Order: sequence, then C-alpha cells, then structure tokens
Amino acid sequence: MGRPHRIPLPALAAASLVLVTAALVLVFFVAPNDQFLGFSQRIFYFHVSIAFTAYLSFGLGAWKGFLHLWKRDPNADLESYVAIHQGVIFGVLVLVTGSIWAKYSWGHWWLWSENQLVLFLVLFLFYAAYFMLRFSVDDGPQRANLCAVYALFGVVLIPVSFLAIRLSQKFIHPVVFTRHGANFGGWMLVTYFVTQVAVLTLAYTLYRIELAGKRLDARLRRLRESYA
Amino acid sequence: MSYLADVRALARKDLLLELRARDTLPAMLLFVVAVFVVFHFSLPARSSDLAAGGLLWVAIIFTALLALGRAFVPEREQHVLDALVLAPCDRSAIWLAKALATLTFLVLAELVAVPVFALFFHGLDAATLLAIALADIGICAVGTFLGAMAVATRARDLLLPLLFLPLAIPIVIGGVGASVVESPGRYLGFLGLYDLMFALVCWASFEYVVTE
Repeated sequence: MGRPHRIPLPALAAASLVLVTAALVLVFFVAPNDQFLGFSQRIFYFHVSIAFTAYLSFGLGAWKGFLHLWKRDPNADLESYVAIHQGVIFGVLVLVTGSIWAKYSWGHWWLWSENQLVLFLVLFLFYAAYFMLRFSVDDGPQRANLCAVYALFGVVLIPVSFLAIRLSQKFIHPVVFTRHGANFGGWMLVTYFVTQVAVLTLAYTLYRIELAGKRLDARLRRLRESYA
Repeated sequence: MSYLADVRALARKDLLLELRARDTLPAMLLFVVAVFVVFHFSLPARSSDLAAGGLLWVAIIFTALLALGRAFVPEREQHVLDALVLAPCDRSAIWLAKALATLTFLVLAELVAVPVFALFFHGLDAATLLAIALADIGICAVGTFLGAMAVATRARDLLLPLLFLPLAIPIVIGGVGASVVESPGRYLGFLGLYDLMFALVCWASFEYVVTE
C-alpha cells in the first residue's frame, strides 16, 4: 500500500512541529507591524497561507479523482476524498481567519465585498455537498466515479466563481501582491514564506496521517470479513 | 451524423413522454406563477424594481430545479438507464438529449413566466432576455448532469438542490449583473464562458456517471 520513496510520518511530524514553531515566532516577534493595519495585519500570514493550502488540497483532490477515472488507480479514490476533506477543514479556517481579519480591519465580521471570503463560502457549500453525495452512495466503483467527477467540477468552479465574484463588485480586498511583486520586503517576506511552508508541511502531514488511518480501517474491515 | 441521430431520438422520447403524461411542464408553470405571487407579498410596497429583477432569477433557478429533479426519475424507475447504457451509442448523447429536453421545458415555462413577470412587476430589456437564454443553457447542462448523479444516490431529490445551488451562484451573478448594469457585455460574456466550460466538462465526463 505505502510507497517506499515516501518520507516517513515521524519525520514529517517533526518537520511540521519545527516549521510551525518557527512560523509562530516569526509572525509574532520578528515581522514588523503593518504601516496601516498595525498588529492585526499579522493574521494575514496565516490567512493567506491557509487559503493557498486549501486551494492546493482541492486541486490535489481533483487530480486524484482524475487519476481514478483515467488510470483506474485503486488508491486514488481514497486519496481524493482525504485531500478534499483536508481542503474543507482548511477552507473553514480561511473563513474564520478572514472573518477575524475583517472585524479588526473594517469593523464587521462578514463583508460581502471581500472576494476571498465569499469565494470560500461558495466552495464550502460546494464541497459540503460532496460529503452528502459521498455518504449517500454505497461504497464501490460507482461512488468513486461520482466523487471523482464532482471533484473535477470543483476545479472548474473555483476560477469561474472567482471571476463571477470579482465581476459582482469592486475589488477592495487589500492587495498585498500586486503586479509589481509583493509590496512588502525583508522580514515580512521571509515570515510569509516560512508560514506558507509550515502550513503546507502541516497539511501534508495531516493528509498522510488521515490516509494511513483510513487504510488501516479498510484493512481491519477486510480481515474481519475474512475471519467471519 | 449518427451521434446527432441518437441525440434526436433520445430527446424525442422525453418530449413525447411529456406530451402524453404532462407531469412536468404544468407543474413548472403553476410553480413559477405561485412564486411570483409570493414574491409580490415578500417585497414591501416601495421596494425598487431592482429587487424584483433579482427575484426573477431566484424564480428561474427554482423552477428549473423542479424540472431537473424529475429529469432522470423515469429512467431510474423503469431501469431505462441500464438499457441506454448498454445501447450502442455514445453515453454523452444521453446527457445531451436530456439537457435539450429539459431546456425545451424550461424555455416553454419561461415563455409564460416572463410575460407574467412583466405584468406583475416590470418589463424586461433585451439584455436580460439574452442573459436568461444564456443562463438556461448553463442551468440545463449542469443541472441535468447533477440530476443523473443525484438519482444514483440514496438521497435523490434531497441531494440535487444541494449539488446544484453552489454551481448556480455564478449564473445568478452573471444574470443579475446583466439585468442591472448599463453595459451588460461583460456579464453576458461571462455567462457564455460558463456555458462553454461546464458543457465541455459535462460532455466529457458523463460516461463515468452512468457506468461503473
């Protein structure tokens, strides 16, 4: 089941511990306060890193779904499901951190003018329905097919919704990355990159743990059935 | 050529069924008019025409859901779908035919609904009508596909709105945008893009929905 070239789980867990600690230290003690938004801007490092990770998880889920349909890879269905599950968890975190950021920057917990938040709400609804779909079909090749196709719909929906939400309003989310590159330098950039790598490593570790657990479950069930 | 013949035969079957049983279209018509009446009373007296224009899109989405929920039910109940999958035709033809049949129902329902809306609330401009036409294509393409998914599950009717509404949000944004702004070109273009992208995805992946 497990592929030999993969990094062992304990090493991954240790790496995420070190990286997340480093990211926390950098975010709270090293990075300078923002010129306009002050201390509260520091949530940006987590908000953006988590959002990027969520997109990546949804993308991974769709890719694994595609592999299932294309190559009939027997592991792909479970991997796709775990990746999307991960994406939904990180997506909820995006909603929470974004909401906190909105409260401290603009004084409201929810702003329809904040594209990223609205997009993640749409994605949350979409992927929550993925679970409804998955749990109302019996385990088997048809469920894998339906889930894979739905996951592929997701990666089409992300850019389409993004475009739609941008069309529906003027863009007022603070633009940190502009066409001329990041408009912040030095420690801010280092902090962002470390946080981004830390969140990605953490997400990958959680993905591997969840996958290992689910596979163990499936093996146990098979063993039980063969003994019964 | 034979692909188109398959599509025509399958779509004809659905239209004939509706012509003889008449269970979808009358329900859609009754529903959409009832919804307009509900909207009239849910809008306070001095609320703007803009609000009514937005509600038109809600009415369209929900009326379409009514037809989409029914679309694959006969196929499942009589196990026609199994026979269609075994038939020597491209599986995407099943989706295309069903989408075209549903599109016919939706357009027929709107031929009544739009004048009624104009009578009850306010007239619609050409951009809005064009947006409705473009939105119909997207609604039927995506909705039929998801309808086929939903009938394969235990939850069936419960699941379709949950699957469909998040995907319908971009359609509503495009449609409402086209009906309220001065220059609707971008919104109409967006609706066209939506139709194109999702129709392609549905066409390419429908086979996996009906086969194992």
